[in-house]
Amino acid sequence: MAATLLGEEATRTDVAWVRILKELWRDRSGRAGIIILLVVAIMAVFGPILFPFNPDKIGTTASSILQSPSAEHWLGTDELGRDIFAQFLLGARISLLVGITATLIAMIVGSVIGLISGFAAGFTDVVLMRVTDFFLVLPTIPLVIVLAAIFGTNLAVIILVIGLTAWPPIARIVRSQVLSLRERQFVTRVHSMGSSSTRIIGVHILPNVAPLIFANAVLVVAGCILAEATLAFLGLGDPTQISWGSMLHFAFVSGAVGRGAWWYFLTPGLGIVVVVLGFTLAGNSLDRILNPRLRERR
Amino acid sequence: MNTEVLAPVLEGVPGKRRLHLPYMVRKLIGLGITLLAVIAFNFLLFRVLPGDPVRLYARSGHLSAQQAEQLRVLLGLNHPVWEQFLIYLRSLAHGNLGFSYTYHEPVSTIVGERMVNTLILLGAATILVVGVGVLLGVMAAARRGTKFDSNTVVGSLVLWSMPTFWVGLLFVFAFGVWLNILPTNGISTPGAVYTNPLQAFADVASHLILPTITLALVDIGQFVLVTRSSLIDVFTEDFMTTAKAKGMSQRRLVWKHGTRNALLPVVTASALYIGLIVGGAIQVETVFSWPGMGELTYEAVNRRDYPVLEACFLIFAITVILANFVSDLLYRRLDPRVREA
Repeated sequence: MAATLLGEEATRTDVAWVRILKELWRDRSGRAGIIILLVVAIMAVFGPILFPFNPDKIGTTASSILQSPSAEHWLGTDELGRDIFAQFLLGARISLLVGITATLIAMIVGSVIGLISGFAAGFTDVVLMRVTDFFLVLPTIPLVIVLAAIFGTNLAVIILVIGLTAWPPIARIVRSQVLSLRERQFVTRVHSMGSSSTRIIGVHILPNVAPLIFANAVLVVAGCILAEATLAFLGLGDPTQISWGSMLHFAFVSGAVGRGAWWYFLTPGLGIVVVVLGFTLAGNSLDRILNPRLRERR
Repeated sequence: MNTEVLAPVLEGVPGKRRLHLPYMVRKLIGLGITLLAVIAFNFLLFRVLPGDPVRLYARSGHLSAQQAEQLRVLLGLNHPVWEQFLIYLRSLAHGNLGFSYTYHEPVSTIVGERMVNTLILLGAATILVVGVGVLLGVMAAARRGTKFDSNTVVGSLVLWSMPTFWVGLLFVFAFGVWLNILPTNGISTPGAVYTNPLQAFADVASHLILPTITLALVDIGQFVLVTRSSLIDVFTEDFMTTAKAKGMSQRRLVWKHGTRNALLPVVTASALYIGLIVGGAIQVETVFSWPGMGELTYEAVNRRDYPVLEACFLIFAITVILANFVSDLLYRRLDPRVREA
């Protein structure tokens, strides 16, 4: 009944999510992205259990450091004679953890600011968008470096710092969606029926914006993973955690590159490329499916 | 940055007389506000937020109350915050960027030459990025749906996914260690004696090759994708169909009519690119020990030399803001539709 009263736009959202997943699987780059991410997720969850890393088990002889790949050490050893394969598996966890949690922070902050800005309009909107644009122009990597150097390099701070610099694009997208939804018939109708603004946002606007927020969030994860890797490479990673970025940091400062230890710096980098590519492919594909402006062109 | 920065502020206030300032004046006021905001942000970040600056400066907890008080006066911390900010603004206006903890020199002296070195690197990389990026993007769009097109798109996405510093490490290994054909360290051969300026130029140029390609490679992908998708949009326009119907050659159609109209989003993308390439420069300069602002940032981070780090961030941020401003004006000049808006 409600559907006919409010117009066909107010369809059930849970059905929409299944449809989106199906379309994502049908799209070639979307399917490639999903497969990559599934493989990496399985690797991150089960890898360190099957191949536990012991940071104290360092090499005692000169020949045990920077060993090339062998049956014992599949990806060779680092400058302290520790197994690189086990570190590589452990590093996947930090990359995914930082990427996803930082994106969640960015998603929440960006969505709240975008929703308020789009719905409040007027002066509030102008001020919030000025602030958003200000953070949008600030160069991300230098900003993240400065914040991490000031507030310290433990995992929680790094996640916060990356998340709090990644929200502006999400706020912009949410705002423009809210602006267009606000004028749609079904919203003006429920409004005239006496719904409160919070109810309209929660029940009618948010479920309709959610898929697009999700598509962009998937792309933001890629950026956050790259940001974490860059920070760790520059020596601003959490010293108690092993990530792909920190592995590359130690490969660089220990001179492993100059000594030709390709097994040390090749695999962590490839790991980053593959994960970022997975999120990018899935995100682009989702964006194509969900963004009405891009849909028409196909 | 959004095009009409101040217009809503000046015109949207209800009950007030509407102000109609000339476009440039409005833009400049907006720019001024943004610059002031970034200076204030920088000031707050380094002075007010991170605990006690005196402790930070002395870098140890072993300070007598008297010593701490002396430092406080020396650093001007006995003044209220707003007064400190005015003092900060005044010293910035005089080109005073503070005093380095580790170089024991004014930061402004350290920064000077390094800015030139970074500009050389950024300039060379930008030429490569825009040139190759636009060319590949147009070629892919013109051959839409072919093997070449899909390969270019996948290639661009892979390039985009690579961390800049890792590409640098690969190049150092491949060309410096393995093949040993190109220098991978610094801006010139240490201790080299040149008989003529041409030799010096060749030496710097050979040191520039790998950092430039590394920096450009990651950002080329983005330009390819933007140009390609923008050109594909233009192809669906009516005037393109008309031109085709007139019997115009494919080459002329693509380059004369298509690309000219497709370049607008590319200008917008270049504003985004400026923010990215600054981050890339920090990584590339670190890997190749290129003596620019990026390497200085890396050193300042590792020695926790806060005055230097602060100056680096301020210079990066102001550069990016100014570049955005220029790209905004350029956009307006290129597109007659927004010029009159």
